[in-house]
Formats: sequence, structure tokens, C-alpha cells
Amino acid sequence: MADGMINLTIDGAPVTVPAGTLVIEAAKQAGVLVPHYCYHPGLPVAGVCRMCLVEIEKAPKLAIACATTVTEGMVVKTQTAPAKDARQGVLEFLLINHPLDCPICDQAGECELQDFVFQEGRSGTRYAEFAKRFNPVEEFGPDVLYVPNRCILCTRCVRYMEDVAQEPVLNVSERGDRAFIGIHPDARLDHPWAGNVVDLCPVGSLLSKDFLHKARAWELDKTASICTGCSQGCSITLDTRDEVVVRVRPRPNLDVNRYFICDHGRSHYRWMNRGDRIEAPLVKKDGALHATDWDEAFARVLSILRGASGKAVALVSPGASTEALAAAKQLLAGFQWTGAFQVVMGEEAPLPGVPNLALRAERAPNGKGAENVGYTREYQAALEAAKSAAVVLVLDDPDCPVQTNGALIYLGTVLGNDAPCRLADVVLPIANVAEEEGTFTNRDGREQRYFQAKPAPGMAQPAAWVLEQMAKAMGTARVGAGTA
Amino acid sequence: MGFPHKPHAKETVVLSQYFGDADARTLKGWTKRGGYAALAQALKMDPAQVTEVVKESGLRGRGGAGFPTGLKWSFMPKEKKKAHYLCVNADESEPGTFKDREIMRWTPHALLEGTAIAAHAIRAEVAYIYIRGEFTEPWTIMTRALEEANAAGVFGSIKVYLHRGAGAYICGEETALMNSIEGKRGNPRIKPPFPAAAGLFGLPTTINNVETLAAVPHILNRGAAWYKGLCLSNPKSTGTKLFSVCGNVARPGNYEVVLGFPFKDFLYDLCGGPPQGRKFKAIIPGGSSVPILNREETEQTLLDYEGCVATGSMLGSGGVIVFDDTADMVYQIMRLARFYAHESCAQCTQCREGTAWTTKIMERILAGQGKTTDLDLLLDLSENMTGKTICVLSDSCAAPIVSGIKKFRGEFEAYLAGKRQPVMAG
Repeated sequence: MADGMINLTIDGAPVTVPAGTLVIEAAKQAGVLVPHYCYHPGLPVAGVCRMCLVEIEKAPKLAIACATTVTEGMVVKTQTAPAKDARQGVLEFLLINHPLDCPICDQAGECELQDFVFQEGRSGTRYAEFAKRFNPVEEFGPDVLYVPNRCILCTRCVRYMEDVAQEPVLNVSERGDRAFIGIHPDARLDHPWAGNVVDLCPVGSLLSKDFLHKARAWELDKTASICTGCSQGCSITLDTRDEVVVRVRPRPNLDVNRYFICDHGRSHYRWMNRGDRIEAPLVKKDGALHATDWDEAFARVLSILRGASGKAVALVSPGASTEALAAAKQLLAGFQWTGAFQVVMGEEAPLPGVPNLALRAERAPNGKGAENVGYTREYQAALEAAKSAAVVLVLDDPDCPVQTNGALIYLGTVLGNDAPCRLADVVLPIANVAEEEGTFTNRDGREQRYFQAKPAPGMAQPAAWVLEQMAKAMGTARVGAGTA
Repeated sequence: MGFPHKPHAKETVVLSQYFGDADARTLKGWTKRGGYAALAQALKMDPAQVTEVVKESGLRGRGGAGFPTGLKWSFMPKEKKKAHYLCVNADESEPGTFKDREIMRWTPHALLEGTAIAAHAIRAEVAYIYIRGEFTEPWTIMTRALEEANAAGVFGSIKVYLHRGAGAYICGEETALMNSIEGKRGNPRIKPPFPAAAGLFGLPTTINNVETLAAVPHILNRGAAWYKGLCLSNPKSTGTKLFSVCGNVARPGNYEVVLGFPFKDFLYDLCGGPPQGRKFKAIIPGGSSVPILNREETEQTLLDYEGCVATGSMLGSGGVIVFDDTADMVYQIMRLARFYAHESCAQCTQCREGTAWTTKIMERILAGQGKTTDLDLLLDLSENMTGKTICVLSDSCAAPIVSGIKKFRGEFEAYLAGKRQPVMAG
């Protein structure tokens, strides 16, 4: 066996893991989920909930899987009577002060207390006739509510704020069964990464005001996506309910964002549900735009491109997929091409506890991808060049102040009343990030795929598909393109 | 013991020799009585040699666990790469225990001397003496003694600091005490790592009880063989031990006897037996955290680590709590449970919720509203609270419940059957 590897047995299954691995992690490899609350792989070990008690052969008493490191030949049993009894005992203790208000609790359906009680808890309580602990709901920060009655004091939020966000504004206040999560009297939970405490909370004690009573967990469809909030490229899950994005949550990605996303990214989804979308291709007839079908729109674009020569300028969004950006360049392959994008900049907000993780100043997901394809940041120069270009293509850049004497083709999701693109010869409706599949390249050059979470409205199609169809018809498409 | 009683003939006064002697509190008075000779001698010895002497003496920790002191010292890294710390646990909060308080009140220099010797033995530059917050008089006396000792430079290069607790029982748990010194909430830490590997500020640390360290100068002065010879029963329990006696007893107070002393003689001869016209009913031999003994068990017990275990309890800290036949055991046990519920640090689920639930059931029984299933429920909860948490606070709450129900079930049942006048304990 390789050096530094440890062999052990968990519930009869042999596993080999690196030395220093915790039993609870080794168990995952054996396909065993040891119930737990305080343990979280992204936080320092606390060992306080005592839920992950397991039996280890030759150990004098039950051990917590989250704070026990593997040893060679260790035999771990999670399903023996003493281990199950101990965990049932913990569940009973956790429930005596926990309200059974699951029907009105946002966490219901994705609550670890519900899950494990259902799995191995008692069917009835023995805490009859005593009042449960009661404390009023508290507002911790701009988006976080604390419901102390549901709190099981796992301290994940406290440890997150202390060790990961490194702004220790939360603590455990009081002792014994009077304990609750306290916030510094002069502080608010307004760290740019504070929202993660809501995801970390295993029960419905820390809630997002944004998601409050918005949907039940079991109504949500979950789609793997990449955050468009900045150039960091955090892995996220888009939660949709009835084809509306209602929540953004972090998706674990140890190389980029570990288990976290920032509050900017978390709240950066409403635009995906905009109602004022372009739903059909528009072509200019008699000085005004008229709705039409894709065939006529394509024919118009092709006739423009075939009848033009010389300079072409592409003004693109750094939020477009790499596929769309490449296809847009390919479509204009016969021209003297200039491509540029501009990025909205904001303040950088790092998460101190995770190396190389921050809300980046560059508030767009695919600047790097655009550069790789050949677009530059010389946006002003490109705007200038557009004035005398034969063809100008604007891709998903609705506020682009474009002016041109040539033909203007606009691919976008929206078209404002005063938008310069109103002057376009052709307007093609495209899908937004939640409605298509594509690739972004983050600031570190990492190419990441995102998937379709909901259908595009009307006749809108993914930009990459639209552009590749036209490039094929023009004969400029590369071999193998157009399969998206 | 010297104070407030005259020593009984059967006592062996070593630590308590100067209790009541105010002159022994001063550096001058202490030196006149032979103080700081052991420290001077120790500082000339190799640290490993000092540890060896203490190991040889058989001295065991007097805080409750009874771990061999020399062995504990020898766990410190052999090769010193980082700073070492010594912590002195003077957070004596165990209900029924008040021996360290008297050591600090009357012989502060004995503790300081023992502290410096131990610091030398474990090669610690700095020693912290963590004194219980409520100990105002010991605090003043220790502060004065430390000032005197520092002014006289008796510690050499060792720095000794006093740190005052803020009143949490749990800070007497060794790792909670370290967290408290570090300025954090006094929560016990998961072990391993043990303090000798990563203790105070993450550095190798040894922590000893006040009484343990106060015995060390005597061992160096008179030799390990002398100390080892102080033994009446099991050779693993050597030396003298202070017992704090309180409750229904004719002469409460601190008594110092050689380990292995018969409990029966201790209670009847030294402490004068029960108050007139009464009989002993139950005894807690080692502070509130250990199982309760009934009279028969007590009278067979020998007062040493093994002797108390043999009759089903523990020597613990030596805080003897005595109940006579007028005591209501259900009420007494409820008070103990309430104490632990109040002092639980709230980290571990079983302790946070279990101690409070246990207390509520005990109060319900006392109020005459108990259910027939309550005793089984208490025992089941106690089982869930034993051996499953970071520290032993929840075990300590369970111990008197389990032993109480086992030995005094009749009293519980009398409440349950409505044969006893309800007590409103709230």
C-alpha cells in the first residue's frame, strides 16, 4: 500500500484513506453517512453535538467520528445497538427544546434534524408536560434572521464567522439550556460573506430573509451553475420553482469556492427572472422593428453579411458563454474584425479563511474567456471603430452606447425603450445564463460548465446556437462547431 | 488539622500544619518554618531528577482524577522546542470541597513553592495560578505572597502569574481553564490533543491541583521514601490528603489523614459522628460529582483512591458531604442536578439538555407530580449522559441520580405514591 495510506473497516466495508483523515470522512468513502450536526468539512472541528457517536473496536467507549482520526486496522461500527442508542439519545435531547413547527419552517425538507430523527430517532417524546425554551426571533443582519427556538447550538455559524469570515460577531451566550447564539451588541451580521451561515445552519434557525416563506424545499428543482456575480467563478446551485429562480446556494467546489458564496452572488439572480424579455426575432422594416420568425431573421442577417465587406466590430458582454463569444467571432471571420468588452468594476471583498477566494472587483464571469477568444478590453476604441464599420454585432450588451453608419445586429435578452440597439437592423432574442448550457473561464483560467435551469421565454434561443446556425450558413463555421 | 480545631491525634498534619498560624503567611514566617528550602534544592537539580523524585513518591493528583503526578510531568516533551507552561488549578468549585481554599488562605507560600518546583521540573518559564473568582480572601493573600516572593526573587527565572476566574464551575475542568486564561469562553476542549502536547496557547502544558503542588516541597524536603511510607492500605495511594467535611456532622472542617484511613474512624472519631441523636444516612466521599454511598458502604470504605472505588464511589477531590437521617435525599439530589444544569457550558447536547431535563423531573417528583415512569426515565437519561460528552460534567450530574435512585429508591417512591408532603423547590 502506498505510503501515508491507512486501511480500516467501516460497517464491514474496507476503505483506504490518507493518514490524518477523520473517521466521518472515511465513512463517506465507505458509503456510510454518519449523522452529524456540528461537523462541517469547511469548518474547524468542534465535537460538540455528539451526534456522530460510533463504536470503534477496542476503544473503551463510543467515539465521535468527527474528531477521531483513522488508524491502521481500525474497525468502525456505526450500526451497533450502543451507537444507535447513543445517537437516539442525542436526537431526543435536541428535540426537547426544538419546536415541531416544520410545517411553517423554511428548512423543512432539507433539515438535518428532520432527516436524522426520521432515520433513527424516537417516534414519541418523553419530555411531556414541560415548556420548551422560548426566545424571540432576532434580526442578525441585512439578510439573516435568527430563530433561537429552533437552534440546536451546533455552533457552525459561530465558527464560520470566527475562523472563515474572521469577523467574530457571533458567540454562544449564556450556559446550560439557557444558551443561545448571541450577536455582538454593536455589530450586525453584514460581512460580505455572512449569508453562508444560513446554508451552514443544519436546522431552520438561521434563515435568509430573501428566501423567507418563498418556497418549500421539495418544490425546488436544482441545477448546477456558475455564479455570474464576478470573475471568481464560484460553483452554485440555482434553485427554481415553477421555472422561476428563487434561490442561489453554493455548490461545493474545493478548488474555487469550497462551500461558500458571497452575499453579492447569492442575491444576484433576480434579473434572471425578468419579465420584459425579447421573445421573438425582430427585423427592421420601414424604419421600425417588427417581430418575425427565425428563418426570416437569419435570412436578413445573412443578406447583410453577404452584402458587406471591410470592418466588423463585435461589442460583447463578458457574461456571455465562451461558446457564444467564439461563434460571434467566427461569424464575422470574413471581415477585418475588432472585438471588445467592458466590465463593471466594484469593490473586492475577500473571504479571509479561504485562500484565493473573494468577491472580485471584476463583476463579470467570463472576461478571461472573452480574452482567450480574442476580445480585448479596448471598449472605447471599439465603439469609435464601430462608427465607420460595415457591420456591428452587439452580443448581450443592452446598454451598449453603439453608433454606426453600417448595419447593426443585436443579440440580447432585453431591449430598453431608449436603448441604442433599438436602431438595429436585426434583433435576435437569446437565452440568459439560467436558460442555457455553456462555459465560463474564471480569472484563474479555470473552464467551468453551467447548465440550463429553466426554459427561455418565447422563441429565445441560446446565443451560441443562434450564432453557430448563422456561421454555418455563411460557411465560416469551424468543423465541429454548431453542435451545442 | 490546625484550624479551627486542634489537630486530632489520628490526623497526620503535613499540609495543614500551619493552618491558623497567620505568621506562616509571610515570606519571613514561611522561610523560618523551613519554606523555600525545597525550591532552592530543586533549582540546583536537573528537572528530570525532580520529576523522578515525585514519581517515586507515588504522589497522585488531588484534584479528583488521581493521576500520578510525576508521570504527568514526564509527559512533557523531552526535547524542548517551544515554551512550556504550568497551570495551577485553584478554581476549587466542586460542591463540598474547600481544601485548596485553606491552603491558599494559610500557606500561600507552600503553593507558590510547589508551583515553582513543578515549573522547574517541566521546564516551564511561566506558571499561571487560576484562582476561583469567588475566593476573595485567598486571592488577596496569594497576591500579597506573590509580591513578597517576587520581591525576594525566590523563583529564579520562573514567572508566576495569578489569574482570577469569573465564577464558572466548568473552568475547573483543565482545558476549560486554559481557554479561560486565553481569554476565551471557558469551554472544555476535545482530547486529544492532551495538554502536554497542546495546552495553554497551544503549547505544551502541565496542569496540577493546588493540594498536589503544596505537597511537592514536603516530598523534596523529606524524600520520596518518606512520602511513599505514608500509606495505610493500597501502595498505589500514598501520602496525606485533606478532606473537607460538611453537612450533618458534629465537627465539620478540613482534616488531613494518611491515605487508606478507615472512613468509619474518620467520621466518628475525627468529625465527631452525626449530630446528637441522629444517624448517618448517606455520604458523598469526593465532592458532589461522585456516586453517593449509604452508611453501610461508607463504614466499610478505606479513604484512598482504590478503597472508594471498591465500595462504588470515588475519592474525587476529598469533599465529604454528610447526610443524616433527617435529610431528604430526593431534595438533595435535585439540588445537585440543579447545580449541574446551571453550570453546564452548553457545548455537548447531552449535558446542555440532559442536566436541565433531569432537574425538571426531579422538581416534578418533589412537587408530588412525579409519574411512575419517572425513575426509569431518569436512569435512561443518565445512561445517555454518561461517557458520551467532552468532559465529565454530565457524568457528574448522572452519578448522584443513578446512585441515589439505587440506594434510596424508597424515598423517591414515597414522593411518587403521594406519601410524602410535596416540596415546592422552584
